[in-house]
Amino acid sequence: METAYPPLNELFVFLNTTITQISIFYSHIPGSGILLKYIKNSHQNDPFRTILELLLVFFAIIYLFTKKYRTDNLIELTPQEVEELVDEWQPEPLVPQLSDEENEFDKIPVINGPQGPRVKLVNGKPLLNISSFDFLGLLSHDSIKEKAIKTLREYGVGSCGPPGFYGTVDVHTEIERKISDFLGTEDTIIYSQGFSTINSAIPSFCKRGDIIVADEGCNFSIQKGLQISRSIIKWYKHNNMEDLERVLRKIKDEDIETGRRLTRRFIVSEGLFENYGDITPLPNLIELKKKFKYRLILDESLSFGTLGKRGAGLTDYFDIDPNQVDMIVGSMCYSIASSGGFCSGSFEITEHQRISGPAYCYSASLPAMLTVAATESLKLLKQNPLLLSTLKFNTLLFKQLLHNIKYLLLNGSADSPVIHLRIDEGIVRVGDIEDKEKCLQDIVDEAMNNGVLLTRAKYNRTQELFSIEPSIRICISASFNKKEIEKTASVIKSAATKVLKNRVH
Amino acid sequence: MGKGSRTKVSTAQNFQLSTSESSSDHFTSSAMKVEQEGPAKKQRYVSKRREDDPGWKEEEPPYYFLFTTYLSYLVLICFGHLRDFFGKRFLSKNYKHLKEQNGYAPLNSDFDNFYVRRLKLRINDCFNRPVTGVPGRKITLLERETKDYCKTFQLTGTKRDCLNLSSYNYLGFAQSQGPCADAVEQTVRKYGISTCSPRNEVGTSNLHLQVESLVAKFVGKPAAMLISMGYATNSTTIPALASKGCLIISDELNHSSIVFGSRLAGAFIRVFKHNNMTDLESLLKECISQGQPRTHRPWKKILLIVEGLYSMEGSICNLPKIIELKKKYKFYLYVDEAHSIGALGPHGRGVCDYYGIDPNEVDILMGTLTKSFGAAGGYIAADKNIINHLRLTNHATIYAESMTPIVLQQIYTSMSIIMGEDGTNEGQERLERLAFNSRYLSTNLRRLGFIVYGDRDSPIIPLLLFNPAKIPAFSRECLKRNLAVVVVAYPATPMISSRARFCISAAHTKEDIDEILKICNEIGDILQLKLSSNKIRYTIEEVLRDGENNL
Ligand SMILES: Cc1ncc(COP(=O)(O)O)c(C=O)c1O
Ligand SMILES: Cc1ncc(COP(=O)(O)O)c(C=O)c1O
Repeated sequence: METAYPPLNELFVFLNTTITQISIFYSHIPGSGILLKYIKNSHQNDPFRTILELLLVFFAIIYLFTKKYRTDNLIELTPQEVEELVDEWQPEPLVPQLSDEENEFDKIPVINGPQGPRVKLVNGKPLLNISSFDFLGLLSHDSIKEKAIKTLREYGVGSCGPPGFYGTVDVHTEIERKISDFLGTEDTIIYSQGFSTINSAIPSFCKRGDIIVADEGCNFSIQKGLQISRSIIKWYKHNNMEDLERVLRKIKDEDIETGRRLTRRFIVSEGLFENYGDITPLPNLIELKKKFKYRLILDESLSFGTLGKRGAGLTDYFDIDPNQVDMIVGSMCYSIASSGGFCSGSFEITEHQRISGPAYCYSASLPAMLTVAATESLKLLKQNPLLLSTLKFNTLLFKQLLHNIKYLLLNGSADSPVIHLRIDEGIVRVGDIEDKEKCLQDIVDEAMNNGVLLTRAKYNRTQELFSIEPSIRICISASFNKKEIEKTASVIKSAATKVLKNRVH
Repeated sequence: MGKGSRTKVSTAQNFQLSTSESSSDHFTSSAMKVEQEGPAKKQRYVSKRREDDPGWKEEEPPYYFLFTTYLSYLVLICFGHLRDFFGKRFLSKNYKHLKEQNGYAPLNSDFDNFYVRRLKLRINDCFNRPVTGVPGRKITLLERETKDYCKTFQLTGTKRDCLNLSSYNYLGFAQSQGPCADAVEQTVRKYGISTCSPRNEVGTSNLHLQVESLVAKFVGKPAAMLISMGYATNSTTIPALASKGCLIISDELNHSSIVFGSRLAGAFIRVFKHNNMTDLESLLKECISQGQPRTHRPWKKILLIVEGLYSMEGSICNLPKIIELKKKYKFYLYVDEAHSIGALGPHGRGVCDYYGIDPNEVDILMGTLTKSFGAAGGYIAADKNIINHLRLTNHATIYAESMTPIVLQQIYTSMSIIMGEDGTNEGQERLERLAFNSRYLSTNLRRLGFIVYGDRDSPIIPLLLFNPAKIPAFSRECLKRNLAVVVVAYPATPMISSRARFCISAAHTKEDIDEILKICNEIGDILQLKLSSNKIRYTIEEVLRDGENNL
């Protein structure tokens, strides 16, 4: 075909070559022949089908480029209506107005000067403090203070950065190694607050679809960690191993029934329960965990430094290899009398938290002074076995003295330095939780008048998952002498009598 | 981005010429002794909103670099899968931990672990570098080496002193000498180390009350409370403010602690585009008019959570516009001032101070004390009845250890210095030096041709790297030149915009910053980082000569 316009001619040549090239290129794509044959075949057999398929492709493309379908069925509103709705909407107040009674904050004792077994309030009153978690009495130890000051002069106070970004100070590595050696585990990781340790450690491993079986008596921090993990949570009755076995068996049956794929499974428990003062039967727990192939997360916040021959917690107490427990979580603000928390276990456990524990990665590391104070406390604990035997002695003595107390019940295992005093409802007539709390607060106030600082165990009752009976929490410390223990015991006895005696059935 | 909408601030003059005689240097650190100018009049720099400042994100890189960035990730991912493919077949013991083992599911799923295993592991030497000593103007790194491609590290026993561009030490209070450290030493002797009890049981001391009233006064709110960890301040307070039936609206770049707290609250969560007020307004319109999902009941309340200064972008929230929206849409406002408190504003009192807004316009001011104050922990400041409510319902006051005396003392002394209550103007000087340093570095990095995000006054200065291979390269080149920098990549930032993040401090001198500029210039040439499309470029000599003009 000849045309009078050379440019047009060139264009034809160009088009022709490109089309040939494209078709050659196309035929080189693997599978292209099949596709072409398919389209040809499909067309020969049924032209209508080609059109239909083309339409389908067309709709698929349109669908891809339109806005995503929203499940929350939005109502169509005109801008006018939106304005009106915006104007009409009135929010509730940000916080509810407190009544004076609820505003119990004024009742919280304010200590003037140092914390310790013997404290002074701002009104100048000296008190015996049997409520703080300073079990070993290391809070006021001079060598710890000296070490802390030395650290201050080398490191300053704050670490000014999260561990990932130049916040890993050599003192952190040191205490991690010391704790691992003390417990007998492979490795340890340090968090900067005790409370935020387990509720960050749990969600770094437990994800949607995983199964967690937990004790109903677990503390608040664990509950929050479980909530944030979005895993499937099953509860077993507090410290009841038969019930645990029942729950585990039920899950196993469900597994077989539904054929669900294997996901991570954990059992979560506390070593020494904060809310009950009793000890978990670790040997049975380990047996069950092995039988049903679960991993065990054990919160040893209170048992670390108080239980066992060396004070190394529950594994020491029961003489169990600590590597049988997959994660030992502890706190450094109780026996160790500093601040922060730790999680100990295999390298795999700690390394994973270093990159995915939210409160580890996104928070400044523990100040060097507090870290060194914890290291020093640990050293003192190792060097002075006397601390633990005094603690044990004081605990036994206190329990003996209160053994025949009327009106109140002593909750907690025999060896536990944490004791919950609860109202004996068999003898005393009390109403609901609020009434009980009021009675207990009266006892606390009465004891304070007589020189003993007590505290009710405080809870956020609207958010605790299980209702906990109100109690006064006693923490025995190794730093009391015999006379002081006797005094507290007698003050508690007489305060209880005074408050509760005219409420007897 | 709201350039025009930030014009509510008064047009007061931004710098004043100091009329006072040259102020002697009150900094105790010997490194700070270097004085900048002659003794006569010198310009004072104030951290304060200027009307003509551009927004936090001015430019995108050329398409060519976007393309190569995506391509690099593609290659990395392909190679990762290839290595997995062969590794799983021929070196299966290295993959044991990702497989089911005698009835236990793996702790890490293969899929989640891919990024860590194949991309992060190889540049692990840029993270978690161990340090010792004070994280002040300089930081001492403990050098380490690896024999197994960054799987494990061994300390070599040598140390390296680096200029510190990484710590959140905005006002230079990370010190082991000087008034703060002296006061802390006395407190240790008097009060001991710790408290061993939660705030609401027996962990309250007179120091707590003193510091709380000082914090309230500093931020300009009637009451304040302290929590022993900054992260927990968010994660335990938000659940006490919102619950089911409430709506939390959150900036997409909000900190992990806010996400954690919001999820614990059980409220419905919606997210708006970073600092984008149009998106926020349309979201508010939609949420209020539609009510709760499915039932369409009205929301009980709406809580908007933003940060004052964003730690990865260096962007300052558009507070004037938010307050304007707050009046119209009646939501409650929670501002996380973790990075902005102490670091922004003519008096260091955060983002309200920076814009000249009354703090009482904001319902809840939260901040951390880890950063500008060189301490630890966080605070919440609000009206008295809100604080009273929070004291009874916040998880940390009930269950967590209370703040330790040493930390309390560090806060008290540093805050008093900033407020000038110690009778010197050292606090003011620190604020001015930080304001100058921030503006000087960010402006001049831009002049050199780098793509830098963030507002001009932000002490956080992200320098964009883009290509994944440049992340470790930049960090290692800096380390060679004794500069400690933080590099961040996906997932902390979007895939393409990996960056180096500089945190400027009042402890840095102008010479330090000139040194930083020189080093960045050098590395920028090696790594081709000067990607700005801005035609006006300075050479390093011009920057060093004229850098101070027109900041
Ligand atoms: C916005 C924001 N909130 C809270 C925190 C947590 O503070 P802290 O490091 O004191 O735990 C940070 C720390 O990086 C932060 O950036
Ligand atoms: C408060 C809040 N919740 C949730 C999210 C989304 O997080 P994810 O989808 O990872 O749970 C964000 C994201 O910015 C957020 O700010």
